[in-house]
Amino acid sequence: MVDVPLGHVGPAHTADVEDVELYHPHSWVTKYVFSQDAKVIAIQYSLTALTVGLIALVLSWLMRLQLGFPGVFTFIDANAYYQFITMHGMMMVVYVLTALFLGGFGNYLIPLMVGARDMVFPYVNMLSFWVYLLAVLILVASFFAPGGPTGAGWTLYPPQAILSGTPGGQDWGIILMLVSLMVFIIGFTMGGLNYVVTVLQARARGMTLMRMPLTVWGIFTASFMALLAFPALFVGAVMMLFDRALGTSFFMPAIVEMGQALDRSGGSPLLFQHLFWFFGHPEVYIVALPAFGIVSDLISTHARRNIFGYRMMVWALLAIGALSFIVWAHHMYVSGMNPYFGFFFATTTLIIAIPTAIKVYNWILTLWRGNIHLNVPMLFALAFIVTFLNGGLTGLFLGNVVVDVPLSDTMFVVAHFHMVMGVAPILVIFGAIYHWYPKVTGRMLNDTLGKLHFWVTFLGAYAIFFPMHYLGLMGIPRRYYEMGEMTFVPPSTHTLNAFITIAALVVGAAQLVFVFNLFWSLRHGRASGGNPWRATTLEWQTPETPPPHGNWGKDLPVVYRWAYDYSVPGAAEDYIPQNQPGAHPATGMSHG
Amino acid sequence: MAVALILVLVALGSVIFHLVSPWWWTPIASNWSYIDTTIVITFWITGAVFVAIVLFMAYCVYRFRHQPGRQAHYEPESKRLELWLTVVTGIGVAAMLAPGLLVWRQFITVPEDATDIEIFGQQWQWAFRLPGPDGKLGITDARLISPDNPLGLSRDDPNAQDDVIIEGGELRLPVDRPVKALLRSADVIHNFYVPEMRAKMDLVPGQVTYIWFTPTRTGTFEILCAELCGVGHPQMRGTVVVQDQKDYQAWLEEQMSRSFARLAPAAQ
Amino acid sequence: MGSILVFLTALLVVAIWWLSRQGVMAKPWLEQGVAADFPVPDNLSSAAARTGLAVFLAVVGSLFALFLSAYALRMQLPDWRDVPLPGILWLNTGMLALSSVALQGARKAARDGEDDALKLGLLAAGVTALAFLSGQLLAWRQLTAEGYFLASNSANAFFYVLTGLHGLHLLGGLIALARTIVKAWRGGTTPEGLRLSVGLCATYWHFMLFVWLVLLSVLAGWAADVIDICRQILS
Repeated sequence: MVDVPLGHVGPAHTADVEDVELYHPHSWVTKYVFSQDAKVIAIQYSLTALTVGLIALVLSWLMRLQLGFPGVFTFIDANAYYQFITMHGMMMVVYVLTALFLGGFGNYLIPLMVGARDMVFPYVNMLSFWVYLLAVLILVASFFAPGGPTGAGWTLYPPQAILSGTPGGQDWGIILMLVSLMVFIIGFTMGGLNYVVTVLQARARGMTLMRMPLTVWGIFTASFMALLAFPALFVGAVMMLFDRALGTSFFMPAIVEMGQALDRSGGSPLLFQHLFWFFGHPEVYIVALPAFGIVSDLISTHARRNIFGYRMMVWALLAIGALSFIVWAHHMYVSGMNPYFGFFFATTTLIIAIPTAIKVYNWILTLWRGNIHLNVPMLFALAFIVTFLNGGLTGLFLGNVVVDVPLSDTMFVVAHFHMVMGVAPILVIFGAIYHWYPKVTGRMLNDTLGKLHFWVTFLGAYAIFFPMHYLGLMGIPRRYYEMGEMTFVPPSTHTLNAFITIAALVVGAAQLVFVFNLFWSLRHGRASGGNPWRATTLEWQTPETPPPHGNWGKDLPVVYRWAYDYSVPGAAEDYIPQNQPGAHPATGMSHG
Repeated sequence: MAVALILVLVALGSVIFHLVSPWWWTPIASNWSYIDTTIVITFWITGAVFVAIVLFMAYCVYRFRHQPGRQAHYEPESKRLELWLTVVTGIGVAAMLAPGLLVWRQFITVPEDATDIEIFGQQWQWAFRLPGPDGKLGITDARLISPDNPLGLSRDDPNAQDDVIIEGGELRLPVDRPVKALLRSADVIHNFYVPEMRAKMDLVPGQVTYIWFTPTRTGTFEILCAELCGVGHPQMRGTVVVQDQKDYQAWLEEQMSRSFARLAPAAQ
Repeated sequence: MGSILVFLTALLVVAIWWLSRQGVMAKPWLEQGVAADFPVPDNLSSAAARTGLAVFLAVVGSLFALFLSAYALRMQLPDWRDVPLPGILWLNTGMLALSSVALQGARKAARDGEDDALKLGLLAAGVTALAFLSGQLLAWRQLTAEGYFLASNSANAFFYVLTGLHGLHLLGGLIALARTIVKAWRGGTTPEGLRLSVGLCATYWHFMLFVWLVLLSVLAGWAADVIDICRQILS
C-alpha cells in the first residue's frame, strides 16, 4: 500500500503546475458559440441533451397513449408506434444520458473539481460538441426522411432492421440512424479523450487520485469505458450499413422476405448481437457510474458527513467498470447462442451485483449518524437510492439465466431498465442540477417548485414502473403495439395499462415545472454566493461565481486534503475546503 | 419526518401491491415449475433486501435529520463492516445463482425420449412440422422455399417425404410427453413463447435453435412472438392445443394427408 | 470475441499497474499537506499530448480488435471463401515499414537537433506512406478486376473494410505529419514542440504498422490457427 507521505503542510507555491494554454476569446461568437471554454461547452451539451430529452419524452407519451388506450388515437398506427419506441430509446440512452453525464457534467465539473483551468485539448473539446450536434441533427432528420425514422427498436437487430417489414428498413430511416451513431461516436471520442487526459494530467498540485471527489471518479471511469466500448457499436454500425447499402452479408443469412428470396447468404444475426451488447452493456454502466459518483457527493455534502468507505467506493467503481465488459451476453440468453455461455454470463452478472451492493450500503452508511439536511438535492439522492435499489434487484432476476427465460422480452425487462437507467440516473441529474445550478448561475433554484417537482417525479415514476414489472410477470411481451386478445391475463390488465399511462402523463407534465424553474430562477432566484451548500470540493472555492474563463483567477488552487472533510471533530466549521491549508488533529482513524 | 414516513410507505406499499395484486403469472402447464420456484426464491431474497434497506434508510432520515446542534459522526471507513456486508451479499447472490444454474442445466439438456417437432416462423405467422412415422425431420434449406414448398424441405431427402406440415398456426401436442422443439425462421429473428409453458427461445434465420418441455395439462394456450420482427410482430399469434394421448393420436392420423410427399409432389 | 477480450485484458493489466503506482490503495483522510512526492508533470501540454495519444491508440486498438473478433466469428460460417492476397500487399508492407523507420530516424534527429536529417526523415516518411496508400488502392483494383467484389462474399467484404479502415487512419496520420512538416520547415516552433510533434507521429506510425502486420497475418490466414485454438478453448 502506497501512503502518499505528508508533505509540507502550509501554503505552497501555486505556479508550479503549468497552466493549460488557454485560448482567450474576443468576440461574442468565440465566447458563446464556438467556445473553447469547457463550461460553455458543458452548457451547450446540456441544453442540447435536455432538448432531445424533451422530444423523447413526448414520444414516450405517444407510446403510452397507444398502450393505455389502444385504438383511441388512430394517428398512432403500428409503423408510427415502432418508430416512436426506437427513437425514444436511442435518444434517451445515447443522445441524452450519455451526452448529459459526460459532455454536460463532465465538461463543467472535471476541470473545476480537479483544479484545472480547462480541459487539456480545448479546441478538440469544442469540435466534439459540434460533432455531437451534427449527430443529433442527422438523427432528427430521419423524422423528415422518406419512410420516416427507423422502427427497428433501439437494439437495431438485423435482419429485420434493414428489411421492408420494419419502418425505415429499406428506406432512409436506418441509414440515417447508423450514420448518426457513427458521427456521435467520433464526436464522443474527441470529448472522451479530453475528460480522461485532463483527469490524468491536469490535476492541481496536491490533488492525488485519491483526493478526487467521487463525481470525478465516476465520470472518469465512465469516459474510459465509453472510449473502449463505443467502437463495438461503430463496428456493428459500419457492417450493418454495408449490408443495407452495399449488399454485403455480414449479418444476413439466406432468407426469404415476404416470399422473395434475397440475394444474401451466410451472415450471422448473432454476430451483430454480440457486437451490439459488447457496447450495450458497458453503455448502461457508462450512464450509471457518473450517477453513482455524483450521488455520493450529493449525500456527503447534504448529510455533512464524509462518504463512508471512500476507498471501497473507488475500487467498486473500477471493478464495476472492468466487470461490465464481461457480462454482455446476459442480453442474449434466449438468442440462440451456445447455451453453455449462459453459465458463464449468469455468474459474471451476479458477481457484478456485489460491488454495486457495496456502493448502496455505503450511501446508506453515510446517512447513518449524519446530519441530514433534507433539501432538494438530498431528496433526489434519497430517491435515487430507492429506485436504483429496486431496479438493481430486478436485474438479479434477469441476470439469473433460467429465470430470464420466461421474463425476457416481456414488460418486466422494460420496467427493469427504466427503473434502473431511466428513473434512477434521471433523479440524479435533477439532484445534480439543483445542487450545481448556484455555481453555474450564481442563483438558487426555487425551493418550493423544486420540492413539487421532486415529489411528483419520484412517486409518479415509481408508480409508472413498479407495477409494470407485474405486466411482464404475466407474460405480456414488450414491443407490442397492442395487446390484442390475451387469454392468459385478467381483464384488469387494461386498467393497469391505463393507470400507468395517466401516471406517465402526470410525471411528464411535472417536468414543465422544472423547465420553468430553470429559466425563472435565472432572473428571480435568490443570490447564492460562492458556496451556498458549504461544500468541501474545489468547484465551490472559485474566486468568482459563476467561475470566469480560466476558472481560478491568477493562482491555481493547491490541495491539502481529501474531498470529504465534513464534521471533522475539533474543526471550527463542519466542513474544511480541499484547498484550505493547515492540519487538523489526526482523528481520521479507520476501524478494522 | 414526512420524508421518512413516505419512504416507509413506498417500501410497505410495494410489498402490499405484490401480495394483493391480481397481476401474477398464469398457471403453469409444463414441467418447468422449477423456474417458478427459482423466481419465488428470488422474490423472497430481493424483497427482504429492498424492505430492509429502505426501512433502514427511513430510520436514518428520521433519526439523523438536521437539528440545531447536531454534528455528524466522523468515520471514514470500517473495513470490518464492509467486509462483513460483502460476504453476506456474496452469500445472497450465490443463493440465487446456484438454483438458477442447476435448472438451466436441465433446461439445455434434452431428455432421450423427447419427440422432435419443428416450429417454423416467418413474418408474421407460425407453421409446424412433425416428423411423421419415421420419427425423423427431413433436411431443409431456405433457398428451397417456394409457394408449393413453404417450409423449404428438400425433395431429395427421404426423411422429408413423410413430414407432416401444419400451417394455420395451431400446434397440437400430447400431454405428458417431452417434446424438443426445433426452431427455424425464414426471414428475421422471431421468438416462440407460450406463457403457460415458461420456455421460450429465439428463432434465428440461418440456424436452428431449440427448447424442450413437457406439457403437463391439457388445454389451449396462446403462442406469442417475443422478438421484434417488424410491424406485424404483435399479430404473430398461434395456439398450442394439448390433448390426451388418445385424442392426439386421432388428430395425428387425420394429418397424415398433409405430408410433404402429398402436398408438394416432386415437380420434375 | 476473443481478440477484443485479449486486448482489453492487456489494457486492464496496464491500468492496474498504473493505478497502484498512483496510490489507489492509500487512505486519503490520513494525509494532509501538499503531498510533495506527487508527481506533477513538468510540461503539461506535452504530457497531455502523449497521454492523449496513448488513450487514442487504446481506442483505435479496440476498434481493430473488435473488427478482428467479428472476422473470427464470421469466418466460421460455411459460405466463407478466403481471399487470395494480391502480391502488391507485400510491397506495401515494405513501404509502411520504411515509413516507420524514416519517422524513427526523424525522431532521433529531432532529439539530436539535426535539422537536415529531421526534414529528410519527415519527407521520406510522407512519401513512403503515400506509396503505401496508393499501393493499397492498386490492390483493391486488382482484386475487383479478378472478380472479388465487396458484396460477393463476406471474406471480400472484410478485406476491403479492414484495409480501408486502416488506410483511413493512416490518412489521418498523414494530415498530422503534414502539419509537422510545415512546422519543421517554417520554424517558429520551439525545439521541444517540434520534438513532441515528431515523437507523436512516430508513435502513431509504429502503431499503425503493428496493426497492419496483425491485419495482414489474419488476412493471410496465419492467424487462423490461433483463432482455431481459441475457439477450441471456448467451446
